[in-house]
Parts: sequence; C-alpha cells; structure tokens
Amino acid sequence: MSHKSTLIKNGRVIDPKSGLDEVADIAIRKKKIVGIGFKIPPAFDPDITIDAEGLWVLPGIIDLSAYLREPGLENKTRIPYETYAAASAGITEICCMPETNSPIDNGATVKLIRSKVKQAKYSQINVIGALTQGLKGEQLSHMGSLKYVGCVGVSQGWNPVKDLATLRKCMEYAATFELPLFLHPLDHSLMIKGGMHEGPLATRLGLSPIPAATETAAMAQIIALVEETETPVHFCRLSTAKSISLLKQAKESGLPVTADVAAHQLFLTEMDLSDYNPLCNTIPPLRSMRDRDALRQAAADGVIDAICSDHQPHEVDAKLAPFEETSPGISAFETLLPLSLRLVEEKILSLDQAIGYLTHKPANIIGSNTGRIKIGAKANLSLFDPEQFWQLEPEQLVSHGKNTPFSGWSFNGKTVLTLLKGKTIFSQ
Amino acid sequence: MQLTKDGKLKHFLTIEGLPPLLLEEILDRAQQFISLPNKSQVQAPILRGKTVMNLFFENSTRTRTTFELAAKRLSADLINLDIRNSATTKGESLLDTIRTIEAMGCDMFVVRHSSSGAAHFIARYCAPHISVLNAGDGRHAHPTQAMLDMLTIRQHKGDFTPLKVAIVGDIKHSRVARSQIHALTTLCAGEIRLVAPKTLMPFGIEDMGVNVYNDIEEGIKGVDVIIMLRLQHERMNTALLPSVREYYARYGLTEERLSLAKADAIVMHPGPVNRGVEIDSRVADGPQSVILQQVSNGIAVRMAVMSMVIGSHAQGTGDANVS
Repeated sequence: MSHKSTLIKNGRVIDPKSGLDEVADIAIRKKKIVGIGFKIPPAFDPDITIDAEGLWVLPGIIDLSAYLREPGLENKTRIPYETYAAASAGITEICCMPETNSPIDNGATVKLIRSKVKQAKYSQINVIGALTQGLKGEQLSHMGSLKYVGCVGVSQGWNPVKDLATLRKCMEYAATFELPLFLHPLDHSLMIKGGMHEGPLATRLGLSPIPAATETAAMAQIIALVEETETPVHFCRLSTAKSISLLKQAKESGLPVTADVAAHQLFLTEMDLSDYNPLCNTIPPLRSMRDRDALRQAAADGVIDAICSDHQPHEVDAKLAPFEETSPGISAFETLLPLSLRLVEEKILSLDQAIGYLTHKPANIIGSNTGRIKIGAKANLSLFDPEQFWQLEPEQLVSHGKNTPFSGWSFNGKTVLTLLKGKTIFSQ
Repeated sequence: MQLTKDGKLKHFLTIEGLPPLLLEEILDRAQQFISLPNKSQVQAPILRGKTVMNLFFENSTRTRTTFELAAKRLSADLINLDIRNSATTKGESLLDTIRTIEAMGCDMFVVRHSSSGAAHFIARYCAPHISVLNAGDGRHAHPTQAMLDMLTIRQHKGDFTPLKVAIVGDIKHSRVARSQIHALTTLCAGEIRLVAPKTLMPFGIEDMGVNVYNDIEEGIKGVDVIIMLRLQHERMNTALLPSVREYYARYGLTEERLSLAKADAIVMHPGPVNRGVEIDSRVADGPQSVILQQVSNGIAVRMAVMSMVIGSHAQGTGDANVS
C-alpha cells in the first residue's frame, strides 16, 4: 500500500477553492501533492500510475459531524468500520461529536479516539470535545487540556446547558483557548424526544410536536450572547426557514457565526414519516417542505457554510420499535456526496458550490487548510466515477449502521478510489 | 396495510383511510349481535379454536374487559397478558415480546400501548396469519372506541349527514377524538366541532375537516351530539390548565349548558367519567346521557371487528361466516 510516489493521470480535477476544473495529472510524493497539470516536475517518475480517464478528482471530503460510537457504544459499531465506510464515500477527514454515552470530556478519551483512528488508517480525525463535564451542562469541561490533546472544537451535542449564564461562561472559556464552539440550537423545554415537526401531520399521527421555535428561540439566545462576547459560534444542523433568516441577519450585522445543514434535511420532510418510519427519526426533526426549500435556497445563496452527514450508525434493534421509542439518527456517510451532487443535478447548486460545501468550507470552520487540491497540500483525494449509476440497498452499505431512509434511491456516480496522504485507503 | 388485497379488514389499526362501506359493515354486524336473543348467554362459534391475546402495555379496565367479553362470546380462547409483570419490564424489547407470544400460537393481538404507531409497528412485524386490533396507541387512534360511539349515535339519530357533533375536552392528548373525527368524516357527518382551550387543541387540527371553538357555549349551540372527553389530572401539572375548578367552570358540561344544544341531543363520554371535572353528575346520569349504552355497544362492536378480521384469514374454510 505504501508508495513513495503516485501519478493520477487524465482525471477531471475539481478544486472549488482555486476554481480549478480541468483535465490534468496530479503528482504525489511523500504524502503531498507536488504537481498539478503542467507544473509536474519533469523528473517525476511515479512508482504507481492511476488512470483517471473519465473520472473526477476531488479534494477529500471533510465531514463536520459524525458519531463514531467509540468508546462507549461498541454494540453499534467500531471506529475501523466507520472510518472505512467514510473512505468508501470519499470522506478523508471526520469530525467526531461527543454524545451522552460517550462524552468526550477528557484528554484520555481524545487520545484513545485519535489512536484508534490512526491505527485503522482510513481517515484523519478531528475530535470535538465536550463543552461541559459529562455533557451535563453544569461545569466547564477541561477545555485547556482538550485543546492541548488536539480537539478542534467543543460542543454540548444535543444536551442542554443549565442556563444562559453557564452557556455564556462556556463560550468565554472556549474562546480563551480559541476552541470553536459547535452549538446545536435546541431549546430543551420545547424539545420532546420521539416527537416530530409541529404541524397537521404530527396532530394526525399523534406524535408529540416539536415546534420550529425549539430551534429559533435557542438560536436567538445564542446570537444575543455572541453579540456580547464576540465569540465565534458554529450552528450545527439548522432545520427551519426561520433559523436561516436569523443566521442571515446575524451574518449581515457582522457577527462571527457560521452554520451547517445535514444533507438529509435538504431532501426529506415531515411527510417522509407519515407511516411512522423510524428511519426518519432525526434531531432536529424533519421539517416542512417550506423549511426544506428555505434550506436549499440558503445553500444556493451561500448563507450556510457547510453540508455534513451527521452520520449516526445504529444497530438494527435501535430502529425496531414504535417510532417514539426509536433512537434518532441516520447512517449517512455514504449518502453525503451522492445527495450533495443530486442538488447539482436538480440545478440548485453549481458543482463548485456542492463540492465546496463538503471540502474547503468545512475546513475553514475547523481552522484547517485541507479540503483543497494544490501543490504542497496533503494528498487527500477521491476519484469519482460520474457515470456509475447505482441504487442504494441498505444491506450494501459499508457502514455497520444500515439505518438509512434512502433505501431504493438511485444515484449517478460513485467514489471509486480514495487517497489519504497519498495512500490508497479505498478502492472499488 | 389494514386491508387484504381483496379489500377485507385484516388489521384494525386506524379509521383513517377506511372506506365508508367498511365502517357501515362494522356497525351493521354489531347491530346484528345486539339483536341476538339472550345475548349474554349466546356464544357464537365464529372464533372457536382461535386464540386472542390481550396485550395491554398500558392500563385499561373497560376496553380490556369488553374485548375479553367479545372474544368469549365468539367462543375464542383468550389470554390476558399482564405486561407490567412480564418481560418488557425486564428489558425485553417489544419485538421480542411479540415474537415470543407468536411462538405460543395465536391468531389475534389486541394491543394497547402508550406510543403512537405501536399497533402499526406490531402489525408490520408480526407473523402474517395474525391480525392486530388497536385498542389505543398513544395519542394516535382508538378505532373500536370510535366505532362504538358511531353505533351509539346511529342508534339514536340514524343518518349521519345532517348531524352536528361537538367533541369537548382534551383534544390534544386524545386518541379517541382523532378516531372519532376520522369516523365522522368518513360517515359524512354534517359538522364536527371541537371545543377546548388553546392549550388542549392540537396544531393544525382544522385540516382534519373540523371547526374549532374555544368557547363551550358557542361550540355546543344547536348540536345533536355532545361527546365529552376525560380530562387527566396530570394536565394540571404541565401548565396546560390552571386548575380542575377553572376547567369545570369554563368547560364542564352542566344542565344549563346542555340546554343550548338541541332538545334531543345525546351526551356521550368514553369513560371513565370525572364527575365534577368535565361533566356534572346530573348530566352524566340524566335522561340525555347514553354513557352506559356506549359500554354495552362496545362489546358488540368488538365482536363485529373480531369476526370480520377472522373472516379475512379463513376465506373459503367456511367457519368464518357470520350471517
């Protein structure tokens, strides 16, 4: 597997950051890109040549949110399986989120995750640590130590922070160590587990309503704190039209806020759970068609900053129960790129926009300079065959989590080869 | 999902989407069972050799008992599974419980569960020869209750089309109200009114073809049928209502308020009744009350539904014919 130098020939190289989109060769030596197109050193003599004729060469995808379930939830899946699933979908860099049963709130856990990912060799990992100890929302986590062991940010996940005073202190303390804050805007008094978007359908199905204000009320409060503390905040997983207008307003008034949307929110709506489909149980819930269209518009207008998978693999049993009792989340690594490209097919995004939302833009949010194809950058790349038509069958997902609501969807194009620091980590 | 490919009732999960003719058939069959002479002794052999399993994951007295009586009058073997003392409290999943019971051999599940959609879930995953009857799932549906209410209305009023029906009380948390609305709209009732304070009225309920009232006196003016819903005491603790006293003062059905409805209006209640909370005792026991009739109709409606779903299994074997 380990080779000193590689030449990728004749691929269509797409790098939204530099605006590059042309058929070119890429030369890789010692983990890095050393030449693109005519800038390839004349003496370059590759050990391996990959023929990429007819393929797209894309920067490796950076996924801002995934739950790798380790340590703590090994019954769901393990890090090697999930990072390999990511690699198979062109994802080379993962941000893993803390969760209740696996609160990443100390240096040892961060080191453990990093070493497991490193051992598996399928991905680069960016650990997002806990904002509060045990994610309990009361005491500050050891953010200084978390930063020291390499956390790229801190988050409270879906858990509540006790009150606004605590949240404000968390923000200030995180800012002390220049740790970006990844906040899910959720007002917990309005958030009902196992519920769905408030509307006539929720009434009809008898499921507990989760109003849009669950998100917008929390967002407005956080924005007020951002104004006062001038701390940058990244809003995770926006789901409503009103959140988009709040975000837009905040950005226009110059506040340091960014936001992402999960790919499934750009496609699915509340209607998808009209038969109590537990695969559509997500946090935040799937919203109305109008909300979905507003999210799409926000992506088209550049109001949002990234699209992520919010990958949450589950064991089969987690979804085999009445809707309200199922665990939320979608196994989503393998649909992230296909869904994003479908927005291009539907003429909502340009190809550059779609790839940008998955690569250099999320890189900016975590303060990284990856997600681009340029000389001197790490050779994290994926080769994508735009002609390969396939239909999604949950059993065929590489991830151990087969919980996808996109069963039976067909997509044009598939990742055929993924390189991490010049090494092939996945090949179809 | 509820119907076989030739349109017979396979499961009874919700009234939503069922054709009017099928609801009429349930009512007709139930009426036929009521007309049998000496009905408390008669045992029809329709379910002989069949096993009905009562799976009540949530407490119930009257629904469970009437299902039990209905099954026995149709000669079925019936088992009441006391879920609270069984496996689910030991951490067994719902699906494992269902599979275990299936393995014991049975033909019909009567299910009550606190999660909306639970009956659909069981119907989707149980063995194909089993029929599931929903005896109440979360806030979603309670179809046999709605059908026994329809039977009671039909016995008193006949045709549904000219009727104005008011449903009063905690609509938000009521599976009974949702099923009644679907039944009434399917049977083409003239007007359905819902009466509740805004905290107990669910979002977008108008889309189900009803008129919403916040004032009981306006809401029951000139109606033919008043259905009162039970108010659960825990609603006071969740900032939905200030007190029982205020609820009774604003929404309780008193004789005075009842006089605003048509003179021959009937008063219904799915039970158990909270006297002095949603209804005055004089109204509950008064001449216009049909509350006890509802209970006895409950047995007939459940017999009707059970006989129909068994009919969908045993086509051609001859032992499923009712009439």
